[in-house]
Amino acid sequence: MKALRDGFGDEIIELGRENSKIYVIDCDIGKSCKTQPFAKELPEQYLNVGIAEQNAAGVGAGLATCGKIPFVCTYAAFGSMRMCEQIRQEMCYPMLNVKIACSHGGLTPANDGASHQCIEDIGIMRTLPNMTVIAPGDYYATRKLVKEATKIYGPVYLRFTRDAIPFVYDENEEFEIGKAKQLKSGNDVTIIASGSVLHLAVQAAEQLEAEGVSVRLIDMHTIKPLDKEIVRKALEETGAVITVEDHNIINGLGSAVCEVAAELGKGRVKRMGVQDQFGESGPYYKLLEKNGVTAELIAEAAKGAVSNG
Amino acid sequence: MEKEAKIALLKERAKELRKTALTMIYEANSGHPGGSLSAADLMAALYFDELRLNPENPRWEDRDRFVLSKGHVCPILYSALALRGFFPYETIHTLRKYGSILQGHPDMKRCPGVDISTGSLGQGISCAVGMAIAYKRDKKDARVFAMLGDGETNEGQVWEAVEAAVKYGLDNLVIIVDNNGLQNDGACADIMPTQDLCDKFKSFGCRTFCIDGHDMEQIVGVFEKIRMESGCCKPFAIVAKTVKGKGVSFMENVVKWHGVAPNDDEYKMAMAELEVGLK
Repeated sequence: MKALRDGFGDEIIELGRENSKIYVIDCDIGKSCKTQPFAKELPEQYLNVGIAEQNAAGVGAGLATCGKIPFVCTYAAFGSMRMCEQIRQEMCYPMLNVKIACSHGGLTPANDGASHQCIEDIGIMRTLPNMTVIAPGDYYATRKLVKEATKIYGPVYLRFTRDAIPFVYDENEEFEIGKAKQLKSGNDVTIIASGSVLHLAVQAAEQLEAEGVSVRLIDMHTIKPLDKEIVRKALEETGAVITVEDHNIINGLGSAVCEVAAELGKGRVKRMGVQDQFGESGPYYKLLEKNGVTAELIAEAAKGAVSNG
Repeated sequence: MEKEAKIALLKERAKELRKTALTMIYEANSGHPGGSLSAADLMAALYFDELRLNPENPRWEDRDRFVLSKGHVCPILYSALALRGFFPYETIHTLRKYGSILQGHPDMKRCPGVDISTGSLGQGISCAVGMAIAYKRDKKDARVFAMLGDGETNEGQVWEAVEAAVKYGLDNLVIIVDNNGLQNDGACADIMPTQDLCDKFKSFGCRTFCIDGHDMEQIVGVFEKIRMESGCCKPFAIVAKTVKGKGVSFMENVVKWHGVAPNDDEYKMAMAELEVGLK
């Protein structure tokens, strides 16, 4: 068990050591974004601009025009909304090499309640031209995808979550931005998951396998650009796709998959995720359960899709 | 160059900038003349004297950078870039036309010499802060100049950026406010009073100068002072009192000329007045 934000903190300091162009810009929540070891060890590559996210975005863009690779760090709610227009105008439009690294995506700042949870960010970010949107599924995926994000030129939105979640991968797993990972092959039904609920999809798939259902499991760590080919194959070969995300079912992974299905004219999609309602304070898994996102319910949905097939 | 000769030359350049900008707006039949004209003298001093640039190599790494945070007055920036040879002068006839490098608001991907894309107010100054930090940390002696409108200071982000500039001791950053007293919907005093901008920048911690933004001697003088004070560990702010529409009598201090193009007759009258130069 380890939190995605820890994956970011552990990776960014290594990247910063290797490359002095890597900068971190904090907005007074560096402790929560796990950037404080970076701040301490690499002060020349670190800025804390206080509770001023809009300015943080612009400062990041300015640094990028001078060849730096800044990571602007905040919570997903502020990173995707408070500074949304700055991201659009000063990063996406001029195609600048700035990374937005956000913790507290989805319902994971569970105790903090709705103001600090973020179920809209992926939808907002994937609407922006030139933006790449990544939601890693565990600690190791986070580390690798943060590193990969520094290898591509242009704005990248990286979405992490607050609380510790089980590992899906080990440290040797490799990732490529825009290329989904097929974790299980199967032909009856496909589960496509992303972000911090990937492990629930893994549990559901294991349960389904035990019951003799041939399930295909895909980690869609990159929401944009979406790996359309793997979605097309899933729709054509398994007929039914269940999407699972810790995000509003509107505009996130589920919608992205539906877009492919609609244009293809084949297959059925069932979206699982936050049911277009705000979160509240409470335990993370309780909040997910309220929205119908548990391993059992994912498995049930998959079986339902098979029997309807 | 003798100071007097320099001042005379810069006044001449300012006249060329005004004529070029107005011609662009007239031909495009859209654009923002008022704020272009109020900024013209400051822009002449920047582009023909103060900024260290290389038109042959617009992305030269050691250049001074200029951020037009009030991006809507880009005709005056494009005029300066055209007259400095960043692109052929004839390009001015393409403002706001399909496929042009001269977009309605500055686009750094298309237009040589534009250091950052702007247009959404309040944002450019943050980018300027980022650039100035990068220059400092890279131990470059190049500087960053950011021009803002006074109406633009309504945006809270401006003050976020100023706080950061002060925190990081950016004495390589010069913030210039084109304080023409008018904004889109009316007088700043009516729409959103800025209060005394000199006091504001001072109280935020900037080394602040208040000048007449149409007096070329004062403009050149303030840039000289700023150069001499480099190393003061404070960002510089110049609050330049200006007149919106300056140089065209019927445009001066008239809100309407914020964002409309002159018609044929108005253009002819304006060009005749501009030819004479500022009184």
